[in-house]
Amino acid sequence: MTTSTPAPPSPPRPAPAPGPSPAPGPGLDAAELAGLRTVPARHPWRWAAGAAALVVLLQFLHGLATNPGWDWATFRLYFTADTILQAIGRTLELTAYGTVLGFALGAVVAGMRLSRSAVLRTIAWAYVWVFRSIPLIVQLVFWFNLSYLYKRFGFGIPFGPTFGEFETVGVLGALGAAVLGLGLHQAAFAAEIIRGGIIAVEAGQREAAAALGIPRWRQAWRIVLPQAMRGILPAAANEVISLLKGTSVVYVMAIGELFYQAQVIYGRTGRVVPLLMVATVWYVVLTTVLSIGQYYVERYFARGSRRTPPPGPLHRLRTLLRSLPVRTDARAGARTDARTAVRTPGGTP
Amino acid sequence: MTTLTKADPTPPADRTDGAGAGAAPMVQVRGLHKSFGRLEVLRGVDLDVPAGSVTVVLGPSGSGKSTLLRAINHLEKLDRGHVAIDGELIGYRRSGDRLYELKEREVLRQRTGIGFVFQNFNLFPHLTVLENLVEAPIAALGRPRAEARAAALALLERVGLADKAAAYPRQLSGGQQQRVAIARALALEPKVLLFDEPTSALDPELVGEVLDVIKDLARSGTTMIVVTHEIGFAREVADTVVFMDGGVVVEQGPPAEVLDRPRQERTRAFLAKVL
Repeated sequence: MTTSTPAPPSPPRPAPAPGPSPAPGPGLDAAELAGLRTVPARHPWRWAAGAAALVVLLQFLHGLATNPGWDWATFRLYFTADTILQAIGRTLELTAYGTVLGFALGAVVAGMRLSRSAVLRTIAWAYVWVFRSIPLIVQLVFWFNLSYLYKRFGFGIPFGPTFGEFETVGVLGALGAAVLGLGLHQAAFAAEIIRGGIIAVEAGQREAAAALGIPRWRQAWRIVLPQAMRGILPAAANEVISLLKGTSVVYVMAIGELFYQAQVIYGRTGRVVPLLMVATVWYVVLTTVLSIGQYYVERYFARGSRRTPPPGPLHRLRTLLRSLPVRTDARAGARTDARTAVRTPGGTP
Repeated sequence: MTTLTKADPTPPADRTDGAGAGAAPMVQVRGLHKSFGRLEVLRGVDLDVPAGSVTVVLGPSGSGKSTLLRAINHLEKLDRGHVAIDGELIGYRRSGDRLYELKEREVLRQRTGIGFVFQNFNLFPHLTVLENLVEAPIAALGRPRAEARAAALALLERVGLADKAAAYPRQLSGGQQQRVAIARALALEPKVLLFDEPTSALDPELVGEVLDVIKDLARSGTTMIVVTHEIGFAREVADTVVFMDGGVVVEQGPPAEVLDRPRQERTRAFLAKVL
């Protein structure tokens, strides 16, 4: 923290020797200006606002620590309890299935919406319209009760003979209904996100690929999609995180995911707040892990987008660690020669 | 969509301009018409480009130069008229007295014989220079990767960018990017190269390096059609200068005639403005 404090009135510096550059306009004496002391602008209101915000924050933190209602002992007891950890596994499972089904189906729907066939375009549009319109919770309950509507489920030739049949209840249990509901809901949003990414790729890219005679599939895979990914990823990460938290809605189907399990425990023990905090903190932890993953995936697809790629956080951390011993050396030097240390600019290499 | 039911008569074989005198022209354009909505951009364009010759197309903006070029490799679908390259109809197949519209896959195959250089380069920004060059030979022609790589490196050498193989396009200057784009078009060993205002997006001091590459290609006998505003380049390199205005060819001939002794008033007016 060797920020440069306003220097004490320094001895007047020797005027620079007249160089070869043309003399500046009359009245502006560079040598005289260089000898003056610069006073930084002051921002008292900025300080006041910051201080006020800090007071509110401290008050809140103090409450967290002292209010017995938070009951941190119970929080610690259940935070890593087996039932909670198993419930997290179920939450992650639902998120993973929902993401895979949602984005796979979403990619198909997006492709249909961009297709040259008017029939496919219309069907895809209708899919997005319907599934964006139905609240997730309504859909989940609906799928859960699908067996009322269709008792049996079979494969065969449309309007012709059937080859195999299943009991709907047997195939689509609570978990199956939840995955189906989450996936179909997610697909509608994923489709729009993917389509948005694709149409944002400059038209000249596809034109250049077409002019080179690159086959259509390859144009999509190799040229358009990798560039579309840059636009798709931030929104897609939002969706995955929404889905992670959205799995808590599945508690209505009595599936043992995180929020349901927390409810079961506080239903038994009556300690509502600490168990809600257990769920909350776990959701924050999982979201953080996803956000870190997002950073690296985005970095991969950003290749070529900048003239000099920025260093990653790990690389920055390594640079920082390497620079630390140098700083301690500088401080050691400061003891012996104070004047040198004052002149050393702090921190930035 | 085509209204063509009969092939037009074969072009006259007694043309004597250019290097391929006597033989059928490499590029033949007949009666091209193209409208965008109510705007008629091409209103009956005919053009012959002999093999090994350089044709420079000049004209005010909006005269249909770029549309003509894009129509030649079927990036732009035509309302009427047709294009043949090396005797092969582009976008259609003739069978008896009918023309069948080709599927996209077949049009893509035909385009591998036609190199196209865009005004805005249109390099693939997420691929390195080398990857930009080997993509089409591998994906469209099925060349082995090692062979495509060797050819690409040789082409980069030719445009003076051998040391930039691993760079990404955005790390290059505009002139370097356009030279890579030219190398990318050459990687398919096309029969004809089309340039759509290749230097219009460049800073003035970068124009020369791109024109030098194109001049070098011209000397090596590549058949080229160049849409440009560089009159000096036309004078130096062109075998034929074509002046277009209002969607038709107003005048064409050797540069010494069209540029120095234009017969048409519109040509004279245009040259007076740009020279």
